[in-house]
Amino acid sequence: MSRVLTNRLFWPVVVLLALFAVNLVAFPGFFAIEVKNGHLFGSLVDIVRNGAPTLIIAIGMTLVIATRGIDLSVGAICAIAGAISCSIILGSPDPGNVGTVVVAVITALLVALVLGLWNGFLVAVIGVQPIIATLVLMTAGRGIAMLITEGQILTVNSAPFKTLGSGFLFGIPVAVWIAAAIFALAALLTRRTALGLFIESVGINPEASRQAGLRSRGLLFSVYTFSAVCAAIAGLVLTSNQTAADANNTGLFIELDAILAVVIGGTSLAGGRYSSSAPWWARSSSRRS
Amino acid sequence: MLTSPKHGPVVVTLVLLLAIFAIGGLRYRGFLGGQVFLNLFVDNAYLIVLAVGMTFVILTGGIDLSVGAVVALSTMIAASMLQAGWSPGVVIPLILIATSVLGLLVGLMIHVFKVQPFIATLAAMFLARGLCYIISNNSISITDPFFTAFAYTRIPLGGRLSITPSVVVAVLVVIAAVVVLQYTRFGRTVYALGGGEQSGMLMGLAVARTKVLVYIISGFCSGLAGILFTFYTLSGYPLTAIGTELDAIAAVVIGGTLLTGGYGFVLGSVLGVLVLGVIQTIITFEGTLSSWWTRIFIGALLLVFIVLQKLLTARRR
Amino acid sequence: MAERNAVVELNDISITFPGVKALDSVGFRLFPGEVHSLMGENGAGKSTLIKVLTGVYSPDTGVITVDGERVAFSGPAESQAAGISTVYQEVNLLANLTVAENIMLGREPHRFGVVDWRATRKRAAELLSDLHLDIDPSSLLGDHSLAVQQLVAIARATNVQAKVLILDEPTSSLDADEVAELFRVIRSLKESGVAILFVSHFLDQVYEISDRITVLRNGKLIGEYLTGDLLRIDLVQKMIGKELAVLDDIQSRVQEEQSGATADVPFVSAIGLGRKGAIEPVDLDVYEGEVVGIAGLLGSGRTELARILSGVDRPDSGEIQVEGRGRRFRTPRAALSSRIAYSSENRRAEGIVAELSVRDNLALALQADRGWFRRIPRKRLDELTQSYIETLQIRPANPDILVGNLSGGNQQKVLLARWLAIAPRLLILDEPTRGIDVGAKAEIQKLVANLAENGMSVVFISAELEEVLRLSNRVAIMRDRRMVADLPNRDLTVDDILGVIAEGAGGDESDAPTAERIPS
Repeated sequence: MSRVLTNRLFWPVVVLLALFAVNLVAFPGFFAIEVKNGHLFGSLVDIVRNGAPTLIIAIGMTLVIATRGIDLSVGAICAIAGAISCSIILGSPDPGNVGTVVVAVITALLVALVLGLWNGFLVAVIGVQPIIATLVLMTAGRGIAMLITEGQILTVNSAPFKTLGSGFLFGIPVAVWIAAAIFALAALLTRRTALGLFIESVGINPEASRQAGLRSRGLLFSVYTFSAVCAAIAGLVLTSNQTAADANNTGLFIELDAILAVVIGGTSLAGGRYSSSAPWWARSSSRRS
Repeated sequence: MLTSPKHGPVVVTLVLLLAIFAIGGLRYRGFLGGQVFLNLFVDNAYLIVLAVGMTFVILTGGIDLSVGAVVALSTMIAASMLQAGWSPGVVIPLILIATSVLGLLVGLMIHVFKVQPFIATLAAMFLARGLCYIISNNSISITDPFFTAFAYTRIPLGGRLSITPSVVVAVLVVIAAVVVLQYTRFGRTVYALGGGEQSGMLMGLAVARTKVLVYIISGFCSGLAGILFTFYTLSGYPLTAIGTELDAIAAVVIGGTLLTGGYGFVLGSVLGVLVLGVIQTIITFEGTLSSWWTRIFIGALLLVFIVLQKLLTARRR
Repeated sequence: MAERNAVVELNDISITFPGVKALDSVGFRLFPGEVHSLMGENGAGKSTLIKVLTGVYSPDTGVITVDGERVAFSGPAESQAAGISTVYQEVNLLANLTVAENIMLGREPHRFGVVDWRATRKRAAELLSDLHLDIDPSSLLGDHSLAVQQLVAIARATNVQAKVLILDEPTSSLDADEVAELFRVIRSLKESGVAILFVSHFLDQVYEISDRITVLRNGKLIGEYLTGDLLRIDLVQKMIGKELAVLDDIQSRVQEEQSGATADVPFVSAIGLGRKGAIEPVDLDVYEGEVVGIAGLLGSGRTELARILSGVDRPDSGEIQVEGRGRRFRTPRAALSSRIAYSSENRRAEGIVAELSVRDNLALALQADRGWFRRIPRKRLDELTQSYIETLQIRPANPDILVGNLSGGNQQKVLLARWLAIAPRLLILDEPTRGIDVGAKAEIQKLVANLAENGMSVVFISAELEEVLRLSNRVAIMRDRRMVADLPNRDLTVDDILGVIAEGAGGDESDAPTAERIPS
């Protein structure tokens, strides 16, 4: 019993179950899940689908926070990714073409990769505090997104692109599949390789880790890049769901939601121990009305 | 001068401001007019007040992310209470007290429970925005005669120049802050905290009280800025002033205050606000440049100043 | 003795921290117009005693009297109000403020409710000139050298009409001229009747400046002596103490293997290796299968040498050769790739990763060597962990327990296991037996002897000379940041080493106090 009580996931799970209980009493239909046209429908499905982008970002953020860092720029990166993909799709002669969408998505992810490297550079090489380093991109990022969209809200009409945010696969929203895939990837990377051990170690005791021969610089580059790519994926899902790139509002405040989710999920902001399954719970419970 | 972390960044900011003015003056007719300059204050009076509060916090090495949300909350309290028929004489003090109390709570959370300033003020930010929605989901306009009078009054300065009463308030706040920071023991303790909390404690300074007080000041300034903002917009809206905390932080950093605390001046932060304002003005004058360049410029400036600070402090290690 | 009354007297002071008795009914007194040195090795209780005096800790038992009146301090402010001022080792002033402010902060003269800057600067200038210091009060403190900052701290301390001035390691980062200047100021304060508590690990300085010496060891009072009555060698002996001879068999084994070093080329050589402010250039050879002991007091440069050899700090002169080839270690990782491992004396801050399990801590260096992608197979890691838990007798024998929850001795064993797992060719152990119980100590010593027998080179640093002698083939002795002797361990005794530590080697500069040495 004491093992259960001291588990970092104990309180988050209790709170989540309590919230579900409240909902069940207040809205009896809360847990109803129906199958319509071969898709799942219901409040719970909505919660999970709408939570997917935040969840994706929270996975990246968890790793960043585990290294004693923070990434404020994810919201801005969402907006940039959305802006890039939509402008490419709009600029092509055939927006409905799968190839076009693939090019758009890959370009957005590559740009995010560069932005992540930039954050990593400021933190690991220049040695700027993470909160400040990522503040730069947080501030400038939406401006850059505006630059790409030329201040317009870019509405795209592309079936393959729309699938990302609103499609279903085997009855479950595609966005949820994506989140699950990233979660699995993160779990694989941190649990099947030594990455998890290294990240925890650097987060808890950077100097001991250095003396043990860890390369913390490369590690910081990796987590900030991963976080940025996660943010871009979330941005693509959000944009696709709204079928429009809105440089001002795509992913607005999502960094704060994600940080909150990570913290509620039991990862200490002081770095170190983390729980990558935690954001799943936390996100579902922190859904904003 | 330039290589000192105390004065270097401020001098750079001043030179930058003058350079932008020079460029503006060469490129655009009427840019160097007195009213263009005064409008920087008129349009940014609330931001100056916010930046003053933020300067106190950042000087101690903390940060306050809640200021934008607290501005919004103040506009909502003002608009809803005035709508309900309360007199401004009650509403204004009430807002200032409420936002100061919020600052007190944040300060206690940081000092007593050792929550990081970032998280504590983030929580306050969510709380304040949440309260906005409890008050109303919609924009509430203000028709109170005192508020409208305050909004439309211009104080002539001779020639064809004029300012608003808000500017006077902002200037008074700046003067008060300068006096407090430079000439009181509390103010010096603020700098001491940023220089080293441990040292300050060993020197027998009132570390705890000072640490809490800066967040109360920031809360108070946010409330006051919110009131000035309602004079400017004559409405309350829950989504207003989103991202304003970033502007305030940017102004303080560009104004030469070190984010790690200990170095900086209120007047530097005022320069920082003016830099942000003048960039906006240039973009307006340019016409073809779009408004989003403002954010990119601010981001780039932030970067320059952060790297500059890094260089200045790294050299003395 | 017909003496003046003590300004401050501590009687029967005890203070316990979780698991440690930091002070065990210690008494201490300070007389006006006297410099009283407090001596002791790491963990002796010096800093705890000082913190009791400055009001940072309140003792569990015991009485503090100031001017004959019993007091109880609830914080630094109260201690200061009672006339006790402190200058800490790391200057605890504010680099971002001016010299004048640093002197006056908290006591600035006010006029019309605001700080009177003119009066503040004037008063600061007076205090500085009282001490004959030529420092511009309106300059930024951070622009001055550490030495000047130290003097400013003293000026601040004198501003409160200090009856007692505590100087905690004030000279640790000063050069000879700066020390001389500091001593001049100390003497003039002494003449004005201030009682001064002086802490330094430089014996020469202690003998030069102090009138009285109190020695602490392991939280206990060893004694109070007049400086003139206490021979240096006795002082060092009292500080270090004698340990019970528990491990005679190891010593005899080491003696037998005296011929040990067989290879022509040393595994590692340091040639003129130095770092400004840490150690003067040092030459040292370590052969395969050899245990080189490094003896010296705290602050003698023993840890600094180890850190440079292992790439933790970078040297600014000289070079390191591994098997005759020059190497440049910019990071510990580089040294590790030459199979040189360093186990830090600062177990908590630089050794263990407290919130990770025994298994993870053990795997860390080996895994870092393999890279992130080639994870050690779980089965192999479990076997590895299990075998180290057994051979090193790590208790509790649970690989999943967090290292932070283990005792000091077991944490040390986990660290040893971490380094042994990468099969180093040179293992540098810095105080591996400090603060751990006798049983664990013996096990670690045995292990070191076994490792060397199997061909590993070991550099063994310890404040306990018996231990160094028992294990080492050779003993290098450090004193005041330089290596003063490198002696083969043949019939070497603790007293021989004490002699070298106390007096310096070769007689070339043996009795010259540091402060009067001409800076090179």
